[in-house]
Amino acid sequence: MTTLRHNAKAVYVITFREFKKFVRERSRLLGTMARPILWLFVVGGGLSRMVQPEGGVSYLQFIFPGMIGMTILFASIFSAISIVWDREFGFLKEILVAPISRFSVVFGKAVAGTCISLVQVLIMVVFIPVLGIHITLAQFFLLIFSAGMLAFSLTSFGILVASRMSSYEGFNIIMNFIVMPMFFLSGAMYPVGKLPPVLKELTHFNPLTYGVDALKNVLLSGAAGTSMGPEYPLVFDLSIIAAFMAVAVVLANWSFRKAG
Amino acid sequence: MSNIKVENLTKKFEAATAVDGISFSVGPGEVFGFLGPNGAGKSTTINILCTLLSATSGRAEVAGFDCASSPDEVRQAIGIIFQDPTLDNGLTAYENLLFHAYLYDLDRVTARRRIAEVLALVDLTARKDDLVRKFSGGMKRRLEIARGLLHYPKVLFMDEPTLGLDPQSRNMIWEFIRTLKADTGITIFMTTHYLEEAESCDRVAIIDLGKVIAIGSPAELKAGLRGDTIRLVAKDNDALAAEVRERFGMDAKVSEGAVTLTVERGEEFLPALIKTIRAEITSVNLTKPSLNDVFLALTGKSIRDEEADPNNVMRAMARSSKKRGH
Repeated sequence: MTTLRHNAKAVYVITFREFKKFVRERSRLLGTMARPILWLFVVGGGLSRMVQPEGGVSYLQFIFPGMIGMTILFASIFSAISIVWDREFGFLKEILVAPISRFSVVFGKAVAGTCISLVQVLIMVVFIPVLGIHITLAQFFLLIFSAGMLAFSLTSFGILVASRMSSYEGFNIIMNFIVMPMFFLSGAMYPVGKLPPVLKELTHFNPLTYGVDALKNVLLSGAAGTSMGPEYPLVFDLSIIAAFMAVAVVLANWSFRKAG
Repeated sequence: MSNIKVENLTKKFEAATAVDGISFSVGPGEVFGFLGPNGAGKSTTINILCTLLSATSGRAEVAGFDCASSPDEVRQAIGIIFQDPTLDNGLTAYENLLFHAYLYDLDRVTARRRIAEVLALVDLTARKDDLVRKFSGGMKRRLEIARGLLHYPKVLFMDEPTLGLDPQSRNMIWEFIRTLKADTGITIFMTTHYLEEAESCDRVAIIDLGKVIAIGSPAELKAGLRGDTIRLVAKDNDALAAEVRERFGMDAKVSEGAVTLTVERGEEFLPALIKTIRAEITSVNLTKPSLNDVFLALTGKSIRDEEADPNNVMRAMARSSKKRGH
């Protein structure tokens, strides 16, 4: 049996590798940062002219938690999907024949995805004062905590999907049938309460809904009760994310073990 | 005491039996070659020994540990160089090695010392901070060998280590293998379908259709042929074979558009044969035995034929496009 310390080392080095590559690939870093900024200021900036502020929250402020959710969603899923790249280019074999447990591999990938997501969230935090949102230090930590939970669960979910993919061709399917619907049906762009009944029903099954709602709880607490504010209490959001995280981690492990 | 022990190992896939009840053992410090055409079961065997695949039945033991019940111990004790590259092209040579060192639980100081050591061994010290993406095929393979040695394995597995490399890189890799064997006494298990490579091994197992059909040193295997191979092409090969059988009482086989027979002192027999035979002979070829003849004698086909196999061409194309694409 390998020791816990040895496996912790493996988790560290798997995370270290992803980080190195993330920092090295400038285009990826720029791309992941450009997307939410584009949405926030171009889409948000345009729509904010048509949408009336409610509860003291403008539309631009309203979609900010959603943009953080989007950043986490993309960063987490992209990071997890790198397993498919690793398989395609053989590097996964180097990891699989190493004397470490399969759990460490999955856990390492999940930690890496979480860290990369959080770095991007920290960059987004710069916009909080720009958008005229005021948060306390406690709220800041709550924001990072919620973001971390969401990132960890989404990366695990991504690993579950990636371990089922044998080639990179499935990537578009994942983007079009999982990632984009998750984003649009999460309350990131519009209040869940104002959606047509069928779509509203669907948002209940989307884990990202609770992630975005948790972020709204932290960032838009002043608008609670209005349609611009959070739908559920923070504790409820975090409980659902925790449950989703548990299921995703277990299934990702099971699936990865089975696949390779 | 043997470093690899395989008993009655069988691996069945849904449609086919890839490995069919093979047994062999490899001693410490031996360079052991697994020779056979593509699809013979070489990679399947290596994958079982490396704990990447589980056997359907039978036992495999590496470095004293059972591959099925103690995979982690086996993994810590072995180094592997796979057929296809398994490096991270987005990391530098040094980072690839550092990653490996941590996966194999080396501490920081030991890792640093050994990375310098293996980089020097494969002559890549000057390139250690370059991205692997910029490396040639030969350099990548050398780096993989360096990585495989980093945790001082007892057994080094090499799956077709020189496949697709130019002759110069191939020679360089064989030099490493000989140096390694002399310096460290490591056991090396390699698969190959290059006959010249198999000739350089201490012992060779010839595998075909999932079965080990011969095992021994190249000299022993060739001695088993008891003679030289004569290859004759006639207008009517079947008639020639029949005539040789009748007149000389020899076992003449017709395959691949030629008649082959095995005789001792072929250079003396050949003139006598040509003088007496009536069939019209168009081409004569006399060869001293090679491992290909051993394979030919045992299976009636040549290992080299497999290289033109369309599947291999596809594989080779996939490999080169992968290289280009990355």
